[in-house]
Amino acid sequence: MDMDMSKNMERVMKDKQEGLEEWSTIIKPKTSVWNLYIKEIWAYRDLLILFVKRDIITVYKQTVLGPIWFFVQPILTTLVYIFVFGGIAGISTGGIPKPLFYLSGIILWNYFADCFTLTSDTFIKNQNIFGKVYFPRLILPLSIVVSGLIKLAIQFTLFIAFYVYYYFQSGIAPNYSAILILPYLLLLMAGLGLGFGLIFSSLTTKYRDLKFLIVFGVQLFMYATPIIYPMSSIGVTAKEILFYNPLTHIIEAFKYGFIGEGEFNGLGLVYSGVVTFIVLTSGILLFNRTEKSFMDTV
Amino acid sequence: MSKVVLKIENLSKRYRLGEVGSGTISHDLNRFWAKLRGKEDPLSQVGQVNDRTAESISDYVWALKDINFELREGEILGVIGKNGAGKSTLLKLISKITSPTTGSIKAKGRIASLLEVGTGMHPEMTARENIYLNGAILGMTKSEIKKKFDEIIEFAGVGLYVDTPVKRFSSGMRVRLGFAVAAFLEPEILIVDEVLAVGDIEFQKKAIGKMKDVSSNSGRTVLFVSHNMSSIKTLCDSGLVMSNGTVSFKGDIDSSIQYYLGNSKNLNSFKSYENLDEKPGSKDVDLLEYKLIDKEGEVIDSFNLYEEVSVQMKFHIKKLNGKIYPNIHVLDKYENYFLVDTIPENEIPKETGIFISTFKFPKYIFNTGEYSIGLAVTSFPGSIVHFFENPAIIFNVTEDDLSLRIGPSTGMLPGVTRMQLQTKTLKI
Repeated sequence: MDMDMSKNMERVMKDKQEGLEEWSTIIKPKTSVWNLYIKEIWAYRDLLILFVKRDIITVYKQTVLGPIWFFVQPILTTLVYIFVFGGIAGISTGGIPKPLFYLSGIILWNYFADCFTLTSDTFIKNQNIFGKVYFPRLILPLSIVVSGLIKLAIQFTLFIAFYVYYYFQSGIAPNYSAILILPYLLLLMAGLGLGFGLIFSSLTTKYRDLKFLIVFGVQLFMYATPIIYPMSSIGVTAKEILFYNPLTHIIEAFKYGFIGEGEFNGLGLVYSGVVTFIVLTSGILLFNRTEKSFMDTV
Repeated sequence: MSKVVLKIENLSKRYRLGEVGSGTISHDLNRFWAKLRGKEDPLSQVGQVNDRTAESISDYVWALKDINFELREGEILGVIGKNGAGKSTLLKLISKITSPTTGSIKAKGRIASLLEVGTGMHPEMTARENIYLNGAILGMTKSEIKKKFDEIIEFAGVGLYVDTPVKRFSSGMRVRLGFAVAAFLEPEILIVDEVLAVGDIEFQKKAIGKMKDVSSNSGRTVLFVSHNMSSIKTLCDSGLVMSNGTVSFKGDIDSSIQYYLGNSKNLNSFKSYENLDEKPGSKDVDLLEYKLIDKEGEVIDSFNLYEEVSVQMKFHIKKLNGKIYPNIHVLDKYENYFLVDTIPENEIPKETGIFISTFKFPKYIFNTGEYSIGLAVTSFPGSIVHFFENPAIIFNVTEDDLSLRIGPSTGMLPGVTRMQLQTKTLKI
């Protein structure tokens, strides 16, 4: 009898200890939006890589041209721009050879636009997966940014090919020191695209109207960015307004570095950095908040 | 005793009904305003259960309400319940797909959920690529998948088609591939929703065998939802029956299934308290189970008046105090007493333990219509009522075969009983 008693006591004690033991997962209604679970994202890094791989290899599967499509799209767009904006509208390219001017703008703009529009679709497009399995939701937008970057790198070789040609042909004077900040520029573009995309992806789960806004909003926004015209060709008031577009300084700095034309605005780049930080932070926080309950509203 | 690996406490989930979008902003503002003043959420209705047959008073409905249970290491729990009982919501909360409204889920170790087979598989990619992608989505690292790759291929039986795009696969092959990946997951807790419903019988058996293997060998805890009672029975050791968003029963798998089958037909003629903490009763006697059964012992809630039925009452005498009389009270649909009965002196229990009392009703004792039965255990001296469940059983009496009737009438006959009297008609 005594034996049993002490055994029972032991078990009760043990159970109690187990109660105090660390739980590895605790799911609660409200966890802080500040919890970014970076550790968890790191644990899922293989998934991120596989998503990137999926995005890259499945885009042009069963097409005749395959990966060549990565080049066809910017080349054709450049041709159209040369014809419409350069030819018919007669907008100056600020002394830069037209193909180089439009191509650089298009490639960079496309990266931003892809990051933005594709991430803004995250919740709606992936609701099937999200409804069936859990992984840190941020993995998907991050994978979009990374696969966009790979696409950018591929298209950049096209730019380099043109660049080398014109370098010897018309003697471009690059500012090599400005080229060094290319990683910073890319970081800003990715951050802005991702940040805006996250904000809109969170909002579209509730208010679908925004989806339509995004489609033409991005198109319109391009005209508020010096893509088809150089900063040097516009008036003072317009310049002042464009200053507040964080993308302006990124595009201009890129052209200044590689082609030697364009306005390198140090203050502007700092401003862009600050805006990127704010947009990205609020995007992540909003996304974090939405991912916990979007399955109920989507 | 193995340790608790999953603990669910006061878990509730509230959903909004109807079209989300119209008036959402006003609701949001309304709520925000209440929150700002520190008032209770004006849109949450307290204490309403999720009954889809009744119209809800509020725009919100509790899909889950105050769920509490624990799972121990190596336990395989089968979750059963009707459609809309909250099973899927429960699984979604545990697998972090959506977050709870109140309460908490605590777990030790990795949780992997298999709510669908082959989630995220891309038809354009090859089987090899998809195994890696699907495995990673389920939470495996690349090296883990690499280690098990050959086994996965073998289990799925797609060895010849490793480098074929999955879109060329038959649906059965896709399912096998998806399940094979999941089967080699090594989480401490595995959540499985009716994924086995797809695939052929042979594969289902293989899959169940694999799941069982894994849980008994490596102590994996499994939470399994299915409508297929036979697979639940082969796979699970314990069961959880849900209805209207609450746990209505928890116990070993056999009694859970029995309870569910009893209730799923909407029977009001069976109830088991055996595995519930709260039983009707006193410190001396508890009610464990009651049922209305036909001649074969099947639980029924409707029968023909020319059939024999019985009421069985199972009770637990914990302490013998005087003479114990189980008794039944039959009422007609107007709640008029139809009869009261108890057991004779020689059947009265003389020791503690679990007893079953059977009350058999002869044919023709009831007329057509609804009746109810109350069940009680009373002890004497003192006329102490240990419990009195009234009405416990509700049943309906019919008369399908009119040819068995005596006399020419084919309409409804009045009266509370159709007892056939002994007749004798002689010529004098």
